Amino acid sequence: MARFTPLEWPVLRQFRTGDATGRGPSVTSERTRTMRPRTEDADRVAQSVCPYCAVGCGQLVYAKDDKVIQIEGDPDSPVSRGRLCPKGAASEQLVNSTGRQTTVLYRAPKAKDWQSLDLDTAMDMIADRFLEARRNHWEDVDEAGRPLNRTMGIASLGGATLDNEENYLIKKLFTAAGSVQIENQARI
Amino acid sequence: MGNADCIVIQGSNMAECHPVGFQWVAEAKARGARVIHVDPRFTRTTAVADRHVPIRAGSDIVLLGALINHVLSNGLWFDEYVKAFTNAATVINDAYGDPEDLEGLFSGFDAETGAYDPASWAYAKADGSGEPAEPGEESQQDPTLQHPNCVFQILRRHYARYTPEMVTEACGISAEDFAFLADTVTENSGRERTTCFAYAVGWTQHSQGAQYIRTASILQLLLGNMGRPGGGIMALRGHATIQGSTDIPTLFNLLPGYLPMPKAGVHDTLEDYLDSVGTKDQKGFWANADAYTVSLLKAWWGDAATEDNDFAYDNLPRLTGPHGTYQTVMRMLDDEVDGFFILGQNPAVGSANGRMQRRGMSHLKWLVVRDFSLIESATWWKDGPEIESGEMRTEDIDTEVFFMPAANHTEKAGSFTQTQRMVQWRHQAVHPPDDATSELQFFHDLGLRIRERLADSGDPRDRPLLDLTWDYPVDEDGEPDPESVLAEINGRHLTGEAAGEPLSAFTQMRADGSTSGGCWIYSGIYADGVNHAARRKPGREQDEVASEWAWAWPANRRILYNRASADAEGQPWSERKKYMWWDAEAGKWSGKDVSDFPADRAPDAVPDRSLGGPEALTGTDAFIMQPDGKAWLFAPTGMIDGPLPTHYEAQESPVENPLYPQQQSPSRITFARDDNLSAPSAGHAGAGVYPYVFTTYRLTEHHTAGGMSRWLPYLSELQPEMFCEVSPQLAAERGLEPYGWATLVSPRAVIEARVLITRRMMPLTVAGNTVHQIGLPYHWAVGREAVITGDSANDLIGISLDPNVQIQDSKTGSCDIIPGRRPRGAEAQRLVDEYIERSGASVEAEARRISAPGVREGTETPLDEAHPQEGDPAEAGESHALRAEQDAGDHRKRTPREDQR
Repeated sequence: MARFTPLEWPVLRQFRTGDATGRGPSVTSERTRTMRPRTEDADRVAQSVCPYCAVGCGQLVYAKDDKVIQIEGDPDSPVSRGRLCPKGAASEQLVNSTGRQTTVLYRAPKAKDWQSLDLDTAMDMIADRFLEARRNHWEDVDEAGRPLNRTMGIASLGGATLDNEENYLIKKLFTAAGSVQIENQARI
Repeated sequence: MGNADCIVIQGSNMAECHPVGFQWVAEAKARGARVIHVDPRFTRTTAVADRHVPIRAGSDIVLLGALINHVLSNGLWFDEYVKAFTNAATVINDAYGDPEDLEGLFSGFDAETGAYDPASWAYAKADGSGEPAEPGEESQQDPTLQHPNCVFQILRRHYARYTPEMVTEACGISAEDFAFLADTVTENSGRERTTCFAYAVGWTQHSQGAQYIRTASILQLLLGNMGRPGGGIMALRGHATIQGSTDIPTLFNLLPGYLPMPKAGVHDTLEDYLDSVGTKDQKGFWANADAYTVSLLKAWWGDAATEDNDFAYDNLPRLTGPHGTYQTVMRMLDDEVDGFFILGQNPAVGSANGRMQRRGMSHLKWLVVRDFSLIESATWWKDGPEIESGEMRTEDIDTEVFFMPAANHTEKAGSFTQTQRMVQWRHQAVHPPDDATSELQFFHDLGLRIRERLADSGDPRDRPLLDLTWDYPVDEDGEPDPESVLAEINGRHLTGEAAGEPLSAFTQMRADGSTSGGCWIYSGIYADGVNHAARRKPGREQDEVASEWAWAWPANRRILYNRASADAEGQPWSERKKYMWWDAEAGKWSGKDVSDFPADRAPDAVPDRSLGGPEALTGTDAFIMQPDGKAWLFAPTGMIDGPLPTHYEAQESPVENPLYPQQQSPSRITFARDDNLSAPSAGHAGAGVYPYVFTTYRLTEHHTAGGMSRWLPYLSELQPEMFCEVSPQLAAERGLEPYGWATLVSPRAVIEARVLITRRMMPLTVAGNTVHQIGLPYHWAVGREAVITGDSANDLIGISLDPNVQIQDSKTGSCDIIPGRRPRGAEAQRLVDEYIERSGASVEAEARRISAPGVREGTETPLDEAHPQEGDPAEAGESHALRAEQDAGDHRKRTPREDQR
């Protein structure tokens, strides 16, 4: 609590601030007066887009020290005009959720639990398995001798929450590898 | 939508699922627009609508068909629009047979394969012979719309039986509700006013979902509501870039820009492929498919794609049928797939028939899951429902699982395409933590490692990988520059003075190898080397079109086919609905948007038809992608299950098809397996065992299978528990207690849910019987990692698919509901099996697709071939359902209620 002064007497305060209805600055508490938006501490604001539904609401992502501290609606967006729904408004938790798994995990055949794995090792293991599966299920031609040039040993599902650029690379790489079973939420 | 005078929301709960987009509906309503919600449930959308029209799930084509009939019978169509812009006047060849005459089937059905040959749906030759015209050829026209075989007259006959009485009988909609809907829609269409339809997966997730949307398209064309402000049909898509992921697809059947993946036997050479995608003599922009295809091949294989090797066309793998996600699951179960990548998706929860999904994954050699949290698709081997029940044991499962943490939307830059085709760039705010990477980095890195391993290979099958252009600049963290990928998607000039410069439009693409471009419809997004998706001129500083906020494909057009916003002479239909118009003085189209038409093509232009392509479009060929320049009321090609939408009942239905003897869509795709059985349809013994209709849906506070919501404390607290919505009448019928437990059983699974008894669910009277519908949100799953868990509604759903798009029929299913919690352990499957046995559901019954008893005429094959003959092994099971179906004549009058105990 701030030290009491006569000037803070409510009636005087109301006169002093010209707050005729008594519902403005004359009745704000110390706590309200010193309240600051948490966005004020941000050292960076990125214009972004909500990752949930396809309305495409604009988001402002506030970050400090390479950590997201708040996500708000972007009032500039002609689509959303600053609004976010409960999911969009909760998306700071999507970033900072304690339930987030940020390191690689590996489950061996028949194993009862996960083990940790170094990212580089995991990438090598996946690349080896990719090529083996590709080889094991390769088809040069169909029964009529027509070209197929494909593998049926690898499949993929996902993409509706990924970026266009990411889907582009996925389709490009899988197609060049001869894999055709590439699918997406759009089918579901 | 903000400009609409009437908005019909059908197959969507927009206020719940797209709440921020719904502000535009609210705004239209505040201006005086009528809002009508057609839905099985009273929802948050209904609460603010002018009228709720409750409908039986799966009967939308009857309602929309009846609106078409209402328009045609009462002279309410927008005559000038229909004559100028649609194929109403086109005559169909003499061989065409309509379901009116063929017991509910179209001509060309092959009962053996279950597929149609669309040859008999073709336009008629211009010479009046009645013979079918070749694709792209000039066809016979009757501008008076009187020729008995013109599209307009065929429409009239086809929809004649879709009457208001039929709507009441099939949909459970009262005559008064239908009249209100019909009057409101037609009064708010025409020169001065426009009506907009909005749908979501309530229309797509059916065995004829594509036809639901076609029905609305026909209605909107007859009313002149396409290509105009406040009109159209709004597809409310459910994921941030589900639009983008079909434009630049991770889908088996497509290449970027809706170019098809080549099929063996159809597209064996580049020439075959191009002829089938778009011939040079057809009208419109698909005639330039060669330029789009060659530019794509140049983007992918660079200098290795030359004129001499057909631009490396043979590097593309070939399809031999549908290779969709459900077909892939079947192959997994047969041990034919070794490895599976799951990228921001949770099929163990989000796909139909969850048990098949999880069991399919247990047959893999390896699985890579990329996500933020340990979703159920990553942990089914230790805590899934089949582990809980003892059906699978962790120590028996050989699948290797890699969990690869993913960067989220704030930790990487890139673009999403929202539901109106607008591509918006996101800037990176922070770096991803620990091992988390973007998909861009993961796949770029995987590609580098694969190529490194193959570097010395002399095997020709490795050439496509080794010749692939894969030289994206990376930053210090190994993240490829996403703008460099966007630039490749946009395309470049490869030769001449402009070599290396970005294309500014897809019209610059060439088929001679002098341009590249990864997705032709996105060409122009990086024009002048500027990332147009990142444009951010505030909405309040622009007009309502806001064309300087981000970029919409194609060519930054905000309303497609906007040539139709002006009349045949190029003048706005009305001052009120003014959008684009012909500026005769300037000799070009002008208006609020980028013209979706050749900019200098005068309304009265009639170029030489033999020019082909965009050059051949007349001044009124507003539908510039169609080979005849017209919007198709009748689709002579492109639809697998018929040229006109026709009502069939869902795979599982308590109602006999009141329109035709054919019960279900004859060309639907089914998987007759004992782990994917269907409840017997109405009229069959055992139909009463699963007497209730269930339909699934989303809640505002959750996102699909929960991977992005059930791990968030706020959202979990807002909607903590799986529940089912039932009417007070159904609760009384089954003894369900408010907030108590209920057990739901389908032929696939048994699940439990808390009971929410609410008048928002209304029993409907359909064909004289009461139909109860149960609502089920589908966000929960069995597991141990999420903040909240529960049973998954998708476990109840069986897999049968729309043949056009291979999307599952998941908006209508049959189930039973009983009070109390479900059995645990092996008892659960025993309960499912007991129901199956009682219902007589069987693989044999599942395999039958034709129920129209006398379908012979016009079919390719005598119908008998589709019926198992006496002694046929398929009949050996002697199922009740099969015998009942053979006696269809006797059973047709039976009602589902009579079948109940």
